[in-house]
Amino acid sequence: MQRVAVVVFPGSNCDADTLDAARAAGSDAYYVWHKDTDLQRADAVILPGGFSYGDYLRSGAIARFSPVLRAVTAHARAGGAVLGICNGFQILCEAGLLPGALMRNARLKFLSRPVRVRVEATDTPFTASYERGAELTLPIAHGDGRYVADSQTAAELEANGQVVLRYVTENPNGSLHDISGVCNAGRNVVGIMPHPERRNAQVLGGQDGARVFLSLEARNATQHVGDLRAVDGRHLRV
Amino acid sequence: MSGGAYTVEIRVMPRASLLDPQGQAVQHALQALGFGEVASVRAGKHLVVQVQAATREEAAAKARTMCDRLLANPVTEDYECSVSP
Repeated sequence: MQRVAVVVFPGSNCDADTLDAARAAGSDAYYVWHKDTDLQRADAVILPGGFSYGDYLRSGAIARFSPVLRAVTAHARAGGAVLGICNGFQILCEAGLLPGALMRNARLKFLSRPVRVRVEATDTPFTASYERGAELTLPIAHGDGRYVADSQTAAELEANGQVVLRYVTENPNGSLHDISGVCNAGRNVVGIMPHPERRNAQVLGGQDGARVFLSLEARNATQHVGDLRAVDGRHLRV
Repeated sequence: MSGGAYTVEIRVMPRASLLDPQGQAVQHALQALGFGEVASVRAGKHLVVQVQAATREEAAAKARTMCDRLLANPVTEDYECSVSP
């Protein structure tokens, strides 16, 4: 069981759904307030969606200076898993933990609807349980989702396989190279615009997002294979 | 003189190479109003910062640091600072 810290900023509004999704995947998930400086021995940190600090100045620009970001940065630098969803992705870019930036949608409109994305990288803590090339239907809900990076950074992202999710069928917001999610060079920090926590059960219209959270537990299972015993083809923790 | 209060006006603009949908929307609205001569509009931010500093140069240097660290995003925006008095 992974310890998953869900960071709550003033203006976060996907924190409860994210906590539920992580718990549904079997993780020991708990909230960490943005003024806290202790992640309580987290194995993974998730920055949820929302409108931290009212998106003042730029989305994520103020949250990036919250006290908790110092601990999140240390966790990331030590190789710990970090996921930013939507506003969390914007914060990670502002904090310099992910390359690039997210700007106003090309057609200005706030977009809240399902989109199709393809999983381009499965060697991250949050996509390990997907098949590479799998196409998913996940909801987006953002006004500032247009991913931009300078041409050199974009070339590096492509060359290193750091594009994690890519829009297919349509590019809803004008993102460079149809990019919907990226990871850092170390592959432990991931940012995605779609909301997997809103698609993790059939009752929510589909479960294409569930494996984002299940990936954490699956990775843990393979890392600590000695703690597990196969019974009737199922793995049980002992 | 042992320093004093300076006013720094900071102009933050989206980088010229990047799409500025806000500027485009304003441009279309101006053209719809009959200003067909409008060739381009770009929209940015204007911030006015009151700062205590020993010299005008120090005030400008502080403002540039503020821009680098918070007020402008180095990936997407350029900035200019002007100090008065």
